[in-house]
Amino acid sequence: MTLDILQMVLVTVLAAATPLILAGIGELLVERSGVLNLGVEGMMIFGAAVGFAVAMQTGSTLLGALGGAGAGLLLSALFGILTVGLAANQVASGLSLTILGLGLSGLVGASYVGMKRDPAPHLSIPGLTDLPGIGKLLFGQDAFVYLAVGLVAAVWWFLWRTRTGLILRAIGDDHVATHALGLQVRKVRFLSVLFGGACAGLGGAYLSLAYTPFWAPGMTAGRGWIALALVVFASWKPVRVAAGALLFGGATVLQLHAQAAGLGLPGQLLSAVPYLATILALVLLSLGQRHGGSLAPAALGRVFTPSR
Amino acid sequence: MDAAPSPAIGIPRNEGPTPLFGAYGIVKRFGSFTANDGVDLEIRAGEIHALLGENGAGKSTLMKMLYGLLEPTEGVITHKGDIVQLPNPEAARRLGIGMVFQHFSLCENLTVAENIALVMPKALSGKALAARIARLGADYGLHLDPSRPVWSLSAGERQRIEIVRCLLQDPSLLILDEPTSVLTPGEAEVLFTVLERLREEGRALLYISHRLDEVRRLCARATILRAGKVVGACNPREETARSLAAMMVGTAVREVTHRKRGTPGRERLRVDRLSLPAPGLHATSLRDVTLSVAGGEILGIAGIAGNGQAELFAALSGEIRAPSPEAVRIDGQPVGSLGINARRRLGAGFVPEERNGHAAAPLMSLSENVLLSRYATVPLTRFGCLKLGSARDLARRVIDAFDVRKAGPDPAAGTLSGGNLQKFVVGREILAEPGVLVINQPSWGVDAAAAAHIRQAVIDLAARGAAILVISQDLVELFEMAGKLSVLNDGTLSPAVPSAETSREAVGLLMGGASDHGSAGGSLPPVHEMAPVPLPAHAH
Repeated sequence: MTLDILQMVLVTVLAAATPLILAGIGELLVERSGVLNLGVEGMMIFGAAVGFAVAMQTGSTLLGALGGAGAGLLLSALFGILTVGLAANQVASGLSLTILGLGLSGLVGASYVGMKRDPAPHLSIPGLTDLPGIGKLLFGQDAFVYLAVGLVAAVWWFLWRTRTGLILRAIGDDHVATHALGLQVRKVRFLSVLFGGACAGLGGAYLSLAYTPFWAPGMTAGRGWIALALVVFASWKPVRVAAGALLFGGATVLQLHAQAAGLGLPGQLLSAVPYLATILALVLLSLGQRHGGSLAPAALGRVFTPSR
Repeated sequence: MDAAPSPAIGIPRNEGPTPLFGAYGIVKRFGSFTANDGVDLEIRAGEIHALLGENGAGKSTLMKMLYGLLEPTEGVITHKGDIVQLPNPEAARRLGIGMVFQHFSLCENLTVAENIALVMPKALSGKALAARIARLGADYGLHLDPSRPVWSLSAGERQRIEIVRCLLQDPSLLILDEPTSVLTPGEAEVLFTVLERLREEGRALLYISHRLDEVRRLCARATILRAGKVVGACNPREETARSLAAMMVGTAVREVTHRKRGTPGRERLRVDRLSLPAPGLHATSLRDVTLSVAGGEILGIAGIAGNGQAELFAALSGEIRAPSPEAVRIDGQPVGSLGINARRRLGAGFVPEERNGHAAAPLMSLSENVLLSRYATVPLTRFGCLKLGSARDLARRVIDAFDVRKAGPDPAAGTLSGGNLQKFVVGREILAEPGVLVINQPSWGVDAAAAAHIRQAVIDLAARGAAILVISQDLVELFEMAGKLSVLNDGTLSPAVPSAETSREAVGLLMGGASDHGSAGGSLPPVHEMAPVPLPAHAH
C-alpha cells in the first residue's frame, strides 16, 4: 500500500518536472552551440497559450502540442534572425523575446480564459499499467513525459556520439576557429535556436494541455527562468538537467503537501522552496568539479560575424 | 566572383613542368581596398615555397583564397593545370590542400581527437581515429595523446595537432602560416625535420614566415609580396636575410645600432623575491622572481609564452598587486601595492603583449587610446572634462615620430595593421620618456622594418638613461637589444647573464626547461662551460 503512495508521489514529481526537462534540454542544446537565449519563459508561455487555443479549436491534443511547439519555434526564429543572422546582442534580444511572448500569450489566450479541457490521455496497457508499485509510473504517463525522457537521451546521444553533435559543441567553444575550418557556424546555431524554441513551446503546451489543462495568463510562473538556471548549474550536461528538473518537481510536490498539512509557514515562502532548493543543490553539485578548462561553452553569448 | 573565369585571363605557360597549384592574376578587393593586386604564384610538388612580405602585404589574404576561405575577386586558381573553384575549405581539402593556422584553429575545451575529427571527411569511431593519430605520430615523431583536452597543451603540442590534422588527410599542399612564431628553438627544429620529410615525400609546402633565417634554411624558392603585388621571386639561399628584408620593405632595413654603453646608472627597477599564486585557470604562478635593472640597461627575459610572462608583466605594471609593497620597487620606492596609474606617475611605462584589447582598445580612436594610458601623467583633462584637442595633438606626435601608417586622421585602433598599431602603442609610452619601461613581446607578428624601428626606439630610450625590461620569446630580438638576459621557465627566473657571454643555444635550452647541471631553476652558464648542445631531438 505504501508502495502505491510512493508511486503516486513519484508520478506527480515527474509531472512537475516534465516542462522543465523539455525547456531545459532545448536550451541546453542552444547554449552548447554558443547562443544564449534568455527568451525561454516567453517561448514557453506563448507555446502554452497557442497550444491550448489550437487544442480547443481542433479538439486534438496532438495538434495542440504541435501548435505549442510551432509557436515556440516561431518566436525562436525571430530571435535567431536577430542574433545569429544580424548579430544583435543576445541578452537584450532574449529578454525582449520573453516580454513579447508574455504579451502575445495574453492576446492569444484572452478568449480562452476560464475554459477547461480533459487532460492529455495517459498510456494504458492492460496488465502492465496495473502492476503494483511501478505500473503507473512506468506505463501510465502521458506522451509528453515519454517524449521528455526520450529527448534527454536523444540530446545526450546527439552531442556525444554523433559528428554533427561534435561540430555543434566545437562551434559553441570557438566560433572563429570553427569558421576558419569551414564549418557552418551560423547555420548550426540557427537550427539549434529553432530546436530550443520548439522544445520550450512544447514545455509550455504541456502545462496547458496536460499538467493543468486550462489557460491562465502567466501560468508558466517563471519555469522558463528555472529551466535557464538548470542548464547553467547542470554544467550543460543533459542528464543533470533532467536530475535538476526532477529535484524541482520533488520540491514542488513536497511544498504542496506541506501547505495542505498547514505547517503554519506562509504559503509564499513554501512556494519559493522548490526554486531555492533546486538552485542550491545544483550550485553545490557544480562546486569543486572544475579541474581546468571551462564548463560553459566558451563562445556562449558572444556575437559572431564571419570575416568577409 | 560568381561568373566563371573568362578565358581572357590566360594562364601564362611557363617553361618547366605544370605546377601542382597555380594562382594567376589574383585580385582581391575589400570595398575600395585592394589586398591582392594581380598576384601570380606557382607551387611545385616537392618544394617548400616561401611567401614573404610585411604585415599587410596580402600574404594572409592570398592564403585564405588558396584554402577556400575567401573567393578571389578576379583571377584563377589551378590544380595540375586545370582551373578549379574553391568556394569553401571543404573543397580545398578535397583537392589535398591543408592549412596550419598561425592562430591555431582549435577548440580549447575539446580533446585532441575531437578537434581532429571535426575536419575528417566522415565520422571515424573514436578508437579508429586514435589509432590513426598514434600511427602517424610514431611515423613522423609527432606524438599526441588523443584524449587530452587542448587547453592543457603547450603551443608546440597544439601545432602538432594542426599538422597531424592536415597529414591525416594526406595533403599534396600544406600551407603553414608563421609556424615557428610560438615555438622554442628546439620545437622549431623538430618542425623543420617534419617539413623536410614532407618535402622528400613529394608534397608541396607553402611557408610563410617573418624569420628570414628559417626561410633561407628551408626554402629554395620564394615569392615576395609588397602592398598586394608580387615584387620579386628569388632563391632565398642565394640572398642574405638583409637583402630579403630589403625586398620585402622596398628600402634597406636599418640595422639596430647601440650607442656606446656607458657604465650602468643607479638601479631603477627592482623585483625582490616576488611570488604570486596563479591568478587564473590557465595561468602560471611566479616563484621567487628577483631581478634588477639599472638606468641605461636593457634586461631581456626569454621564455616560451605561458611560462609566467603575462603574470610577471601584470605584477610589474600593477594589474596584479604584489603580496608586499617592497616586492617591486621603482627608483627605490616600494610600489608593490600601488595601481598602474600610481606607477606611471613614478615614471614607469608599460607595453603589454596583446595590442588589440590590452595595449589598445580596438574600437576607440587613436587619440582616445592615448588618453587611456596617459591621462594619469599628462594634463589631458580639465575639471574632469576631456581635452580632446590635446589628446589629438599627442596622438599626432606619436604618429609622426613613429611613422604610424593609418587611414583617416584619427581612425579606430583596430583598423591599423599589426605592425603600425604596435608602433603606436610603443611610441605612446616612449614619448612619455619613462624612467622604467616594461615591454612584453615588442615586435611579435611585426614586419622587419617596423620591428627594427621599435627596437631602435627602445635602445635609444635606454641610452637616455631609462631602465628597460624586455620580455620576448624571439631570441634574435633579445640578443639584438638586451645587454643582460634571464630565462623565465615555469614561473622561475634564472639569474641574469650578460648576453655577450651566453649563446642562443644555451638560452633556447633553458627556455625548453632544461636546467643546466641539474641545479634547481636553472641559470645561464657562460658559453665555455656549456655542454655541447645536443642535436634536435628527432626521436621523442
